[in-house]
Amino acid sequence: MKKITIDPITRLEGHGKIEIFLTDQGDVENVYFQVPELRGFEKFCEGRPVEEMSRIVTKICGVCPGCHHMAAGKAIDAVFGLEPPPTAKKIRELFYMAHFIHSHIAHFYALAAPDFLVGPNADPSERNILGVIAKVGIEVGTEVIHQRRLAQEIQAMLGGHQTHVVLNIPGGVRKGLTEEQRDQLIPTGKGFQKFAKFSLQLFRDVVLANNDYVNMILEGPYNLKIHSMGLVDSNNKVNFYDGMVRVVDTEGKEKFKYHPTDYLEYIAERVEPWSYLKFPYLRKIGWKGFVEGQDSGVYHATPLSRLNAADGMATPLANEAYQELFSTFGGKPVNATLAMHWARLVELLYAAERFNELIKDPEITGKELRADLKEIVGEGVGCVEAQRGTLTHHYWTDSRGVVTKVNIIVGTTNNNAAICMSLKKAAQHVIKAGIEPDQGILNQIEMAFRAYDPCFSCATHSLPGQMPLLVNFKDSDGKIIRSIQRD
Amino acid sequence: MEPNMANEGKSKLKMAIYWGAACGGCCVSVLDVHEKLFEVVAAADLVFWPIALDIKYKDVEAMPDGFIDLTLFNGAVRNSENEHMARLLRQKSKILVAYGSCAHMGGIPGLANLTNKNELFNRIYLETESTLNPDGIIPKTHFNVTEGELELPEFFNDVRALNQVVDVDYYLPGCPPQTERFVEVFMAIVNMAELPPNGSVVGAWEKTLCDECKRKKTDNKVIRKFYRPWEIHDDGETCFLEQGVICMGPATRGGCGYRCIEGNAPCQGCYGPPADAPDPGAKMMSAIGTIIDSNLEIEIEEIVDAIVDPVGTFYRFSLPKAILRKKMSVPKPVN
Repeated sequence: MKKITIDPITRLEGHGKIEIFLTDQGDVENVYFQVPELRGFEKFCEGRPVEEMSRIVTKICGVCPGCHHMAAGKAIDAVFGLEPPPTAKKIRELFYMAHFIHSHIAHFYALAAPDFLVGPNADPSERNILGVIAKVGIEVGTEVIHQRRLAQEIQAMLGGHQTHVVLNIPGGVRKGLTEEQRDQLIPTGKGFQKFAKFSLQLFRDVVLANNDYVNMILEGPYNLKIHSMGLVDSNNKVNFYDGMVRVVDTEGKEKFKYHPTDYLEYIAERVEPWSYLKFPYLRKIGWKGFVEGQDSGVYHATPLSRLNAADGMATPLANEAYQELFSTFGGKPVNATLAMHWARLVELLYAAERFNELIKDPEITGKELRADLKEIVGEGVGCVEAQRGTLTHHYWTDSRGVVTKVNIIVGTTNNNAAICMSLKKAAQHVIKAGIEPDQGILNQIEMAFRAYDPCFSCATHSLPGQMPLLVNFKDSDGKIIRSIQRD
Repeated sequence: MEPNMANEGKSKLKMAIYWGAACGGCCVSVLDVHEKLFEVVAAADLVFWPIALDIKYKDVEAMPDGFIDLTLFNGAVRNSENEHMARLLRQKSKILVAYGSCAHMGGIPGLANLTNKNELFNRIYLETESTLNPDGIIPKTHFNVTEGELELPEFFNDVRALNQVVDVDYYLPGCPPQTERFVEVFMAIVNMAELPPNGSVVGAWEKTLCDECKRKKTDNKVIRKFYRPWEIHDDGETCFLEQGVICMGPATRGGCGYRCIEGNAPCQGCYGPPADAPDPGAKMMSAIGTIIDSNLEIEIEEIVDAIVDPVGTFYRFSLPKAILRKKMSVPKPVN
C-alpha cells in the first residue's frame, strides 16, 4: 500500500499532518488527519487560583484568545455563584463582537478569499492575500486591514492587552466604557456594518455569480451529512455569547437542546492512538466511527452549523442574509462544507449589527461593573461560541477557589472527526487511480479543511501565501518513490 | 524619526518565523504591524513562515548553513519536533532570536513542569470527565493502523526554553512581544545598526515595569495582608501591591506598554526579570518584604504564607528557567 504524507501542513494553530493511504491500484484507501501537538492546560492549570484562569487560558490560542477569556470568565462567575450586572454583561458582549469581527474579516479575506477571488486553480504564487488585493484593488485591500485594525483596537480599549485580554474578573469586568469612548465607537460600528454588507455583496458578485464556484460548493466531495451544533437564544436565534446548545440532525430537526452545564450528558470525547487531539461526538448517539449520516455521532460546530442549528439571526440585516443563504440552497440544513465561508460572512454582519445595538444601549456606559462576592460554589461551566465552534470550559475548585480539576472542549476540537472525513472525501474525489495528482489536486484537498477555518489557522490573520504541501508517494516499505510539491 | 522600511539599495534581509509549543499570539504580534505589513515585506524576504508561506521543512533543510539572516523562534520546546526544528533553524540562521515568553523562558506551557508527562497524559486521555476511553488508549509515537504506520512526535517530560536546547543570540520578551518593540528591533537589524552583545535581551527596558507604571505609589510599608484581585475594589489609581494585590511589576522588565495595568489587571511578569535580578521569584520576595508593615519575622511569614500559589504566580512565565526546576509539590487543595 502506498502512503501520501502531507507534512507539514501549516496555517494550523499549531502543527498538523495528513496521511493518505492508497491501494495498490492507486485509489484512496484511508486518510488520517493527525495533530502532533499537546500542551496540557487541563493538567497544569491545577493548583492555580481560579480567577487567574481567564488570563492563563487565553494562551491556549493567540488567534482567538478572546473566546477562551470569555468561556473562562463565565466558568469563573459560576465557580463564585455570580451573575454579572447588565452593564458588565453588555461590555463583555461588545468586546466579543469586536473579537468576531476581527477574526471573521481576517479569515475571509486572508484565507478563504484566495480560493474564490483568485481561483482554486490559479497560479499558487498568486493564490494569496496579495492576489486578493490585486483582484479587489488596493483600496479594498487597505480597507480590509483597516477594519481588522479597528476591531483589534477596540479589544485593547476594553480588554487592556490587545491579544491576551484582561477584561473579566469574577462577576464582571475590570473596566467600564466612558461616554467619550462610546461616542468614538459609534462611527466605527457603522463602518463595520457597511464593510460586512460590502463583503457579502463581494461574495455574491464573485462566488455566487460564477457557475463553476457554485457547482464546486454543491459538489459531492465538499458535502458532509453530519449533525450541526450551535448556541441559540430564547428565540432559537444564533448567539455567540450565551444561550442553550442546540443540535439539529442531518435532516434539520432538533435532536438535542441543553444548557451548557449539562454538556457531559451530551458530548463524549474519543482517544485515537495516532493523534494528540481527541475526537468529540454526541454521547447519546455514540461513536459509530468516521461515518456520515443520521445514525452517526459525528457533528460539526462551525459558522454553518450555527446557522443550521438556529431558526434565524437576531438582527434584521443578518437575518435577511441568513434567509438568502438557505433559500439559495433550497432549505435546511446545508451540508456543503464550502458554504461555511458564506455563513461566516452572515455572522460578520450579525456581529456588526449586534455591536451597534450594544453601543446604543444606555446601559453600556453604566457604572456597576461587578457583582458582589457571595460564596465559592466550587464548580462552574462556561460556554460561548468561538469563531471555530462551541467552546466549553469546566473548572472545579477547593473552598479557597484554587483549581483542582479542569476540562476543556475547544471549538476546533469539535470538528476533528468531521475534518478527517472531509479530507478523506476530497482526497477520494481528486486522487484517482492512473491519474498523476498535481498541484491543483493538492489545493482541492486543502480546501476541504480550510473551510472549517480553524484555530488551525493563524493564517486567518496572515500574510500572503498558502499552505505548503509536500506529498510523498511511498511504497509499502515506506520508501519515497515520488514527491510532488507546490512551489 | 520614521525608519526607512523600504531599505532600498541594500540586499534584502532573509527572515524566518517559526513556532514551537506556542499559541500563535507571537505571530499575531507580527501581523499587528497592520498597514506596515507591506513595508516589512519590502524590507525582508520571508524565507520560512509555516503559518503563511509555502515553504517546507525540506526547503529549510536544503538551505546552506547561515542562509537565513534572522529567525524569530517563538514557542517553547515541548516535543521532539520542536527540538528538531530549533536545531535546524540554529544551524541555518545567522541571528536566532527567542521571540516571546515561551521561547525566552518557557512561558505558560512551562507551568507543565510542575507536573510530568504521565500525569498530564493520564488527566487528558483517561480522566477528563468528557473522555470515554474504556480501553485506556494513549497516543503513541508509532502506531500501526490497518493501512500502515502512523507517527507522532515524542512528547517530552519537561518543557524547555529555547536556549536550553540551542544557543540563542537575542531574547525578545513578552506574551506576546509588543509590536512596537518588534518593529524597533527589526529595523535595527535591517538598518545594520550596532547590535548589543550576544545573549542580550532586546526590545525591553533595563528597568522594571514599576519605573514606567502610572499608578500612584508611596513606597511605604503598607501591607498587613495580601488579597486576591476579586477581594478588593481596585480604585484604578493606586499601585496594586500597595492595595495588597500581587503584581509582578517589581520583578519584571518594562517595555510592554503596561497594557494589562491599563486594563486594571496586575502584571503577571511575561517580560521576564530585569537585568539586575535573574530570578523573578527571589526578586518578588524581596519586593514584597519592603512593603509589609511589620518587622516581626513570624508575622511576616504569616502574611507571605497567605499568598495563594506563589510558584505559579512568581514563575507564571518562567518556570523552566527558574532555579527551582522539575516537579515541585503542587499546593494541596483544602476542602
